[in-house]
Amino acid sequence: MQKSLHIDPNKCTGCLQCEMACSFENHGVFNISKSRIKVFNFEHAGRKVPYTCTQCAEAWCLNACPVDAIRIDAGTGAKVVHEDVCVGCKVCTIACPFGTVNYVAESGKVQKCDLCGGEPACADACPTGAITYVEADWTGLDKMRAWAGKTDTQPRAA
Amino acid sequence: MGWTKKILRVDLSNGSIKSEPLNMQWAKDYLGQRGLATKYFVEEVDPKVDPLAPENKLIMTTGPLTGTAASTGGRYSVVTKGALTNAIACSNSGGYFGAELKFAGWDMIIFEGKSAKPVYLSIEDDKVELRDASHLWGKTVFQTEETIKKSHQDPQTRVCSIGRAGENGVKYACIVNDLHRAAGRSGVGTVMGSKNLKAVAVRGTKGAGAIKDPKAFMAATKAAKKVLADNPVTGQGLPTYGTQVLMNVINEMGALPTRNHRDVQFEDARKISGEAMKEKRPTDGKTHLVTNAACFGCTIACGRISRIDETHFSVVNKPEYWGASGGLEYEAAWALGSANGVGDLEALQYANILCNEDGFDPISFGATVAAAMELYDLGILSKEQIGIEAPFGSAQALVTLAEMTAKGEGFGKELGLGSARMCAKYGRPELSMGVKGQEFPAYDSRGIQGMGLAYSTSNRGACHLRGYTVASEVLGIPVKTDPLVTEGKADLVKAFQDATAVFDSSGTCVFTTFAWSLADLQPQLDAACEGEWTMEGLATLGERIWNMERLFNNAAGFTAKDDDLPPRLKTEPAKTGPAKGLVNGIDKMRPEYYKVRGWTPEGVPTKETLARLGL
Repeated sequence: MQKSLHIDPNKCTGCLQCEMACSFENHGVFNISKSRIKVFNFEHAGRKVPYTCTQCAEAWCLNACPVDAIRIDAGTGAKVVHEDVCVGCKVCTIACPFGTVNYVAESGKVQKCDLCGGEPACADACPTGAITYVEADWTGLDKMRAWAGKTDTQPRAA
Repeated sequence: MGWTKKILRVDLSNGSIKSEPLNMQWAKDYLGQRGLATKYFVEEVDPKVDPLAPENKLIMTTGPLTGTAASTGGRYSVVTKGALTNAIACSNSGGYFGAELKFAGWDMIIFEGKSAKPVYLSIEDDKVELRDASHLWGKTVFQTEETIKKSHQDPQTRVCSIGRAGENGVKYACIVNDLHRAAGRSGVGTVMGSKNLKAVAVRGTKGAGAIKDPKAFMAATKAAKKVLADNPVTGQGLPTYGTQVLMNVINEMGALPTRNHRDVQFEDARKISGEAMKEKRPTDGKTHLVTNAACFGCTIACGRISRIDETHFSVVNKPEYWGASGGLEYEAAWALGSANGVGDLEALQYANILCNEDGFDPISFGATVAAAMELYDLGILSKEQIGIEAPFGSAQALVTLAEMTAKGEGFGKELGLGSARMCAKYGRPELSMGVKGQEFPAYDSRGIQGMGLAYSTSNRGACHLRGYTVASEVLGIPVKTDPLVTEGKADLVKAFQDATAVFDSSGTCVFTTFAWSLADLQPQLDAACEGEWTMEGLATLGERIWNMERLFNNAAGFTAKDDDLPPRLKTEPAKTGPAKGLVNGIDKMRPEYYKVRGWTPEGVPTKETLARLGL
């Protein structure tokens, strides 16, 4: 069963624990400038939105890579950058429609979310449940449940 | 290790910028942030210095947990000699600025001297430079932050700045970061303005990496986060209602200062409460509250983001105020609201936005308006002098006076003095409700006796954040004590003051202490910081910081008579509520407190006390 990151911006408070967890998991430091998940703050609307790779089934980045450095992890379905193969050409960053593959000047390679091998650190660190790791086929289940709850199935009192 | 072990020293007089190694012996004795920066400050600055003189210094400082995954680990503080108080000042702020400073590789910045012309400091990791800020002078905090981010072409730059209040010498000017978080009290923004320093912009890409034992640290922070999540205050009350969860509670206690402390309960408290912020408005069917918000690393998220009613008289034809913005927090809601008898939530939010926008402390501002309204009520100030009729309860007056203070116009200049100087000027010093020149926060000490002692002895003037015995006296944290008696409060106040000094020096938020004790903080510090950090060591460290601050104030000229409350709280009994008939028993508690502290009856730490603390 494939799982997917599920993001509910309404629950996000902007604490950036996800960004710290991501950078710590992948770089061994608390450094949000190296995080693969980013929280965007739309101040005047009062909205905070976490955003990262959604692991497209037919991934633009993977198809664009000239050296096949981006490959599918059979276990998680994640599109994973193999740093030893990546030549840092950045074509994938152009190909990705969502901007979620990013170049890291320090290493000369690109990085993107790899779902931490099936245990995403961001979801684990999120204190409000804004980021969860759920069954990929049912990312909409919570929304369905919320709307289902509004369906009036009680017989009306006369 | 937690620290970056590097500090920046910026001489604004000659423009020199130096990197220095952090004094690690001091770090072991004073931890970080409040304690460590105050150590630097008292070693380098003459206690008698005029706060606005170039010889005063201003330190922006992080703690060892700032920028880490510890919950609330995003705090920074500003340490200086306060323009409002002439006492040691340490104002703490959340948002994202502190963590970014750490990520850039700096534990603190020491500003010295005074620039000849307006400047701002730009930090991009190791690249640090003073830049011309003449185009920013006269601009608000909001405009300054936006302009700098645009000119740096980097939306991830974090900015702290002063608004026009700090430029104009308003005695309680703040330093505001991330639009609506502030190092708010004691006039730290006034000092920044006196140095012609408009802003600090920082971008850090190094991160906070040097954790002593990463595995133990992650385990400790995870356990501590669970304590916050499972606690009814930090897990439910604060996220749901913010600090405004207190408005109705404190009003019921008969401890909500109202109309310049003439009353202790406010008939319209409910209208300006956290509950009211979640109710749909009749005008537009929307709630005032848009969402809650967290500072960096915070798993509590008490911050409020609200949207003002576009049809409210204060913002008609002012679309720039219609977007979501910070507020209201309990202190602002009280000071702008019940302190003045104003029960108009939207008017409070507008005044609060002005405080953020031009950088002035809503507590001191609101309380100064309250004093002005009393002077007006007594016929000492006239409509002509103030520029508007200013009876208690007038939302129009509040809003107009906030605009005047923001712009530095008309009677706003008088309000900018703070209540102590303003009331003295008009011959009624006793009507200033504060201690050491700083206005009281939102708890009337007739209904919560321990707070009278906490206010009187607070090293930065009247303050709830230096020893929040409300936790014990009202909420039963860690144990319930009777708010109406003085017995045992000396010990209680000392315990809160010392523990708080440790939290303020760690990089975490004092609001965690609704759920955490030192026992929850200690494992996080011990896993992050090199050396050994025991409970006993931390308790002593907190007491050391408190006494160090006290010594500075004593040398600055403060004496036991400054550890006192205004006559109103000692002679005019509470009129209603559970404390009806009571005054504050400060004169009974103070000698007990000095004894508990190991101080002389004159409030001076004894030789034995200083030796015990290594001072």
